[in-house]
Amino acid sequence: MKRNNVIFTLGAFLVLLAGFFAPSIVTNPFYFFAGYVVVQYIVIATGWNVLGGYAGYINFGAAAFFGSGVYLSAFLFNTFGVPLWIGIIAAAALGALLGLAMGYLTLQIQGVYFAIATLGLVIVLETIVHNLPGLGGARGMAVYGPAPPAWSGGPVQYVFFVILIIAVACVALARWIEHSWIGRGLRAVRASEDAAECSGVPTLKLKLVACSISGAMLAAAGAPYPFYTNFIEPVTAFSLLIGLNAIAMPLIGGTRSWAGPIIGAIVLASAQQIATVTISSELNILFVGVVLIAFVALAPNGLLGLAKRKSAGASK
Amino acid sequence: MTSSLDIFLNAISTGIVLGSIYASIALGLAITFGILHIPNVAHPALVIVGAYFVFFMGQWGVGAIAAALVGLPVFYLLGMALYSFYSRTFERQGQANVLQSLTLFFGLSLVIEIIIALLFGSELKSVDASYVGSSLVLGPITMPYRLLVPALFAPIMIGALWLYLHRTHSGTAIRAVAHDDRALSISGINPTWIKRHAFGIATATAVVGGAALIIMGPVEPFAGRFQIGRVFAIVVLAGMGSIPGTLVVAIMIGIAESFVSAYLTPSWSPGVAFAILLLALGLRPQGLFGATR
Amino acid sequence: MTAALSLRNIEKSFGVFKALGPVDLDLNPNERLGIIGPNGAGKTTLINCITGVLRPDNGTVHFMGNDISHLLPHERARLGIARSFQIPRPFIGMSVLENLLVPLDYKHNVHNKEQRALELLQSVGLENRAHDPSGSLSQLELRKLELARALASDPKVLIADEAMAGLSDAEIDEVLAILMRLNRSGVAIVMIEHIMHAVMRFSQRVVCFDTGQLIAAGTANDIANNELVQKVYFGEQTHH
Repeated sequence: MKRNNVIFTLGAFLVLLAGFFAPSIVTNPFYFFAGYVVVQYIVIATGWNVLGGYAGYINFGAAAFFGSGVYLSAFLFNTFGVPLWIGIIAAAALGALLGLAMGYLTLQIQGVYFAIATLGLVIVLETIVHNLPGLGGARGMAVYGPAPPAWSGGPVQYVFFVILIIAVACVALARWIEHSWIGRGLRAVRASEDAAECSGVPTLKLKLVACSISGAMLAAAGAPYPFYTNFIEPVTAFSLLIGLNAIAMPLIGGTRSWAGPIIGAIVLASAQQIATVTISSELNILFVGVVLIAFVALAPNGLLGLAKRKSAGASK
Repeated sequence: MTSSLDIFLNAISTGIVLGSIYASIALGLAITFGILHIPNVAHPALVIVGAYFVFFMGQWGVGAIAAALVGLPVFYLLGMALYSFYSRTFERQGQANVLQSLTLFFGLSLVIEIIIALLFGSELKSVDASYVGSSLVLGPITMPYRLLVPALFAPIMIGALWLYLHRTHSGTAIRAVAHDDRALSISGINPTWIKRHAFGIATATAVVGGAALIIMGPVEPFAGRFQIGRVFAIVVLAGMGSIPGTLVVAIMIGIAESFVSAYLTPSWSPGVAFAILLLALGLRPQGLFGATR
Repeated sequence: MTAALSLRNIEKSFGVFKALGPVDLDLNPNERLGIIGPNGAGKTTLINCITGVLRPDNGTVHFMGNDISHLLPHERARLGIARSFQIPRPFIGMSVLENLLVPLDYKHNVHNKEQRALELLQSVGLENRAHDPSGSLSQLELRKLELARALASDPKVLIADEAMAGLSDAEIDEVLAILMRLNRSGVAIVMIEHIMHAVMRFSQRVVCFDTGQLIAAGTANDIANNELVQKVYFGEQTHH
């Protein structure tokens, strides 16, 4: 375990280093535009998986958390000129609160109700934003960020590096949770809530912790988004595709380990980035929906599960 | 000038009528989720399929109500097929994982919506009938027939369904399957068959719900999204599986939305059902719908 | 002497169906108590009320003299009420060792958890399975894992809910030996069981439930000769 920690830390450091120096090697900004989306989905998938994968509580409303992060950081910047990094922290705090509230309202009953409630959260928040002129209403609002720091090589390169830092932080946190007593408790909850409770695990408290952490990550994923697009509107911030991808990516990669969401996000988001050039967003959703159904029906443990089964079969 | 009493009376009567329409959409879920415990979040999407079915029958000159009747057996078979797919995926492995099946139905609802949008475009579709456009005027209350006519569907369906569930053998079997599979196996009835049959009935109600929806107003492929919270709120508050309760609660929610529209602004009303659902889930008194875990 | 467990006036209904009660029952420290009764007699409901999985409609539960009626299941578990489940519920997706780390994680003052977990596995004879996935265990091994997991919290009371169902006679002896050893180390044991020869051999005192009521109590011999008990069991047989 110790050696793995060293390797992980080294890997994370290398990823950040590569992200920092990439602008001086890669000159075409398109790669940063596309890369931003892929990395953003790593954060979303990782955040979703803390609750959905480890504890087995499905959140259909990832877009609600993402969207509130988008709107909070945009609002704070446009109104008070709050810098991005504070916006990210504020978004994470809001997401944690939102997750806590949702969990508190629904987790005492059953997982189904939590899932259904999260479906609704997107529409409630979208309705609120629609009706608040201060947030641009249905028309949306423009966000013109400050000039990026000189070392960053440009605005896109800058937000790419920011989302990369968020991703590394979230993955490290998710990995830590997975290997700690929290992760073990959550997996016990997923396996049998009654048995966990009778083994001394405070299941409700643990689920609330997972809800808050997951909510914080999902909202943090949205915070840099206004500075990436320079324009936000309810339809894109609370997009159906975000909620769908948040579930599909961990399921495709594998929900049991931190690497699963990363694999799923890279595979699916890259495919989508390449495909958007050629296909419509409707076809995109259709594609993800079909892939999601296929994995739920045929490979509930994702690509990592398939690989594990294959290697187990080979060793026999 | 309308007096405030007029506004109030109209808000109430509109709410009742709206609620009755919601009940016809929620009824299928009351069966699948309330009785069979299958969280079919794709039901609203199936209602939209029903609405499109009625629309295209309309293009052939078939009236909306006749189209709904024609659609009943078609959707019954569709539901049976859907259940077979569902049970083959999960229940045969002996692990009907609620969360996985939720994901399956969620994916299914998106795929259904997108296919409709790709095939028929995302613009609004509506039906024409002699009664659409005119209104019934009762003193201060004005009630358009496009709301009044579909509002009659739910009471009729609910009455028929109630009689079926309580007066026939297979109806009793459906109610029994909710409680215990084994009891049925002992009495020689195949629980899988009964569940498939019940799922078929639930799906058949979707075409009636779809007819109600498209008579009420134009429908677009993604209109089901806004119904999800509403229908789950209705089913949960009605007390899982209570068929008459579905109508009562649907009307209460209809009235609440209609009041928000009348006194606030209509743009807030999509959130109302979900706010009610969240409150219902949070405040749901323990033990009202069976043992809580 | 303070009773280890003391139930007073416990009642539980599901809708109109009264599953249990009112029941009064005491368990002495270090006692071996057997609970028998036909299916649907309310035995599992009783356990769920003791462990806090269900909240009784009425009545109180005292543990070592303290009222625990309002504590959550995990709080009761930490105080020292452990249980095994009728149908084993291993934490699937974790190794056998990790299954034991879960209760140890949430217990205060446990040093060297892995060492302790291995000791527990040794005490039930599962040490050579420590690193296998819990999904790969046999029925007997699952029963042992349930017991080991229950013991991880150093309980003062262990409730074994049909811990021997589906086992062979030799395997039953093995589980009985484990329970006997535990009892000697100071743990009071409540055994809910359908396997009569096992429960009669094991228990110092046996109580019989029928339709939610306690209908008889006494030594194994008393119970075996009790008319009410015979009626309940023979009555059940005539149904088949």
